[in-house]
Amino acid sequence: MTMTGAQILLKALEREGVKHIFGFPGGAVIDLYDELSRCPTIKHFLVRHEQGAIHAADGYARAAAQVGVCLVTSGPGATNTVSGIASAYMDSIPVVIFTGQVPTALIGNDAFQEVDIVGITRPCTKHNYLVKSVADLARVVHEAFHIARSGRPGPVLVDLPKDVLGGRTTPKFPEQVKIKSYNPTYHANPRQIKRALDLILKAQRPVIYAGGGVISSGAAEELTRLAETLQIPVTNTLMGLGGFPAPHDLWLGMLGMHGTFYANMAIHHTDLLIAIGARFDDRVTGKIEEFAPEAKIIHIDIDPTSISKNVVVDIPIVGDCQDALSQLNELIAALEPRDWAQAHQPWLDQIAAWKRDHPLSYDRNSGELKPQFVVEKLYELTKGEAIITTEVGQNQMWAAQFYPMKRPNRWMSSGGLGCMGYGFPAALGAQVACPHDLVIDIAGDGSIQMNIQEMATAVEYDLPVKVAILNNQYLGMVRQWQQLFYKGVYSQTSMAVAPDFVKLAEAYGGLGLRAEKPEEVEPVILEAINTRKPVLMDFRVSPEECVTPMVPAGAPTHKMILV
Amino acid sequence: MRHTISVWVDNEPGLLSRVTGLFSGRGFNIESLCVAETVEPGVSRITLVTSGNEQIIEQIIKQLRKLINVIKVVDLTGTEHVEREMALVKVKAEDRFRAEVLRIADIFRCRVVDVSPHAYTLEITGNNEKIGAVLDLLKTLGIQEVVRTGTLAIQRSKKN
Ligand SMILES: Cc1cc2nc3c(=O)[nH]c(=O)nc-3n(C[C@H](O)[C@H](O)[C@H](O)COP(=O)(O)OP(=O)(O)OC[C@H]3O[C@@H](n4cnc5c(N)ncnc54)[C@H](O)[C@@H]3O)c2cc1C
Ligand SMILES: Cc1ncc(C[n+]2csc(CCOP(=O)(O)OP(=O)(O)O)c2C)c(N)n1
Repeated sequence: MTMTGAQILLKALEREGVKHIFGFPGGAVIDLYDELSRCPTIKHFLVRHEQGAIHAADGYARAAAQVGVCLVTSGPGATNTVSGIASAYMDSIPVVIFTGQVPTALIGNDAFQEVDIVGITRPCTKHNYLVKSVADLARVVHEAFHIARSGRPGPVLVDLPKDVLGGRTTPKFPEQVKIKSYNPTYHANPRQIKRALDLILKAQRPVIYAGGGVISSGAAEELTRLAETLQIPVTNTLMGLGGFPAPHDLWLGMLGMHGTFYANMAIHHTDLLIAIGARFDDRVTGKIEEFAPEAKIIHIDIDPTSISKNVVVDIPIVGDCQDALSQLNELIAALEPRDWAQAHQPWLDQIAAWKRDHPLSYDRNSGELKPQFVVEKLYELTKGEAIITTEVGQNQMWAAQFYPMKRPNRWMSSGGLGCMGYGFPAALGAQVACPHDLVIDIAGDGSIQMNIQEMATAVEYDLPVKVAILNNQYLGMVRQWQQLFYKGVYSQTSMAVAPDFVKLAEAYGGLGLRAEKPEEVEPVILEAINTRKPVLMDFRVSPEECVTPMVPAGAPTHKMILV
Repeated sequence: MRHTISVWVDNEPGLLSRVTGLFSGRGFNIESLCVAETVEPGVSRITLVTSGNEQIIEQIIKQLRKLINVIKVVDLTGTEHVEREMALVKVKAEDRFRAEVLRIADIFRCRVVDVSPHAYTLEITGNNEKIGAVLDLLKTLGIQEVVRTGTLAIQRSKKN
């Protein structure tokens, strides 16, 4: 039976188990939208800006641990997704982006709403396709999903000329996707695992540095088992938060530029760094020559390019975190029992002393409303059980510091690109994936204005996301740098002129709340949680609060600014 | 250090810009790049010459392997292999130099592929150094135009 391209695409999506897509229509995809109106299995969420669609697909992918899907038209629809694609690429998030394209015969002619989106996104997608014939469509769609979710995940873009969507053929849906030149390595080499174990058994001051790879691999349990059995402390990257249960005694919090004192000190003094699904980002390493200067390094990563890219490692292990950690755990289980807590006691004592001397802190007695206090209250009143998304800047760092995550897939932040405007649409995506969970976007007053239009989407689809705006009336993170490193010249970082967020929320049909004093915070949060509507909470916080600790850019990680 | 790398690729439109984009985007050098089909349908082979320290060459190779359409990458440097380049050179052929041009051509086993009253066009094949040496000699006689391929390279077969 012949089908149109639009029908084939939707059928392929169904075969991939897609239930939700985020998108925005236009001429080049109008046939597809027409077909979509008759598709019972896929629910489409109409965003108000295409950047919202791609971030929502990203948040959905992280919360559901599935491929997120985004659909936009050609030209400006496609270019509006680029920031979000770049963010998903940097953070290795599996999304498939479908873009409309002008008819094949017009490609290259500067046709109306034509852009070379495949060319534009080549460096920020894991792979991309221009589908030139309807005969290729079914295969390409399935390949796109396969590539997006396998190996090191990432965004894959599929460009769909109008005549391909309108063309007809009898489709052949492949039972299994096979790409001869693409075979990610999941199984870690047992010899390397054995060598790693030898080092681990000898180490006196080991630390685990666990990143986003633990989340995408679904290896949180294996990681916890390893750390607990051997009594090895664990620090997480911003992307790895939730990959190890934060309330745990062995947890050191986040490391890096705004990491805890004790995590960074542990890194500086460790004799064995076990990096698991983390990529030695410069926000983590600081001055690279002085990163973990005393340590041998084991690195588990599914992507060979991550290994020895920034820091040369002693034991490279290419493979999936889950596979590698399971192998390690099995070898350890077969060892003669040993009292690991005792073996590592001096090291654990040293860490406990660092924790005691320099815990995360802020001035609790100023009488002012502090942003950290707001985040702490959010944690307390939600019992640490909410899904948290963040915007970018100070709000993001305070969220990471003061909302410790207990479980994986509940923390979403634009880490690698640091894309302002990510948090709110990502929260919508997460809410679609987890309709029964409380989803909170911890936001800044600057970032929230980048995709505030998605309030309409939240209201339309009854997505009761809460936004906690830490409103400091500045582009706070940039202001902080200006305060510390640019003689306090606040060049173009004032956000004093801003909408009344309470009225704005109401104008969209949501609820707006405000707190100006510490004692107003709790009632505002409780009312937000108890309202089944999208809510903007405007917390008027101390304008010139800084995020600490801070490792100045390019400094070694043990040289932190503490207050 | 200079490395010659062979890359087998699925011959898909846009493939070449994926490869060159990788080099420009990540700040890797490309000294030369040659690409053409192999005997296997749909598979092309790229020979590229690049330079960098050990860590950079390792990244280049890994990044190339990571491209979805790349089938195989082999670093030929450090293995037994043959390298060839070709150049076509149009040399001024003034009367007093005609014999000299032909003599150089003969010594270096160049072929004369075109002759006109005022110029000879020579075809030179050899490795990078040989071509450089011939061009240096011909320069003194007056080169009008030169085109060169990049390096092609192939591993030597095992002797037994
Ligand atoms: C304002 C700002 C401040 C920041 N400050 C900090 C900071 O203080 N500390 C901090 O940590 N970050 C900070 N970041 C984030 C930082 O920029 C990076 O995004 C982050 O450090 C990268 O985390 P990661 O190393 O876990 O890598 P990710 O980007 O999560 O990469 C995951 C790695 O795991 C691998 N992987 C993926 N899947 C698997 C699998 N199945 N098995 C094995 N491996 C896999 C991938 O190949 C990759 O190498 C900040 C960002 C911003 C915007
Ligand atoms: C799209 C984008 N533009 C610019 C930046 C640079 N930048 C990083 S943090 C920041 C300030 C963010 O301000 P706000 O959202 O108010 O958050 P705060 O730091 O005050 O919590 C800026 C401008 C960015 N990360 N993303």
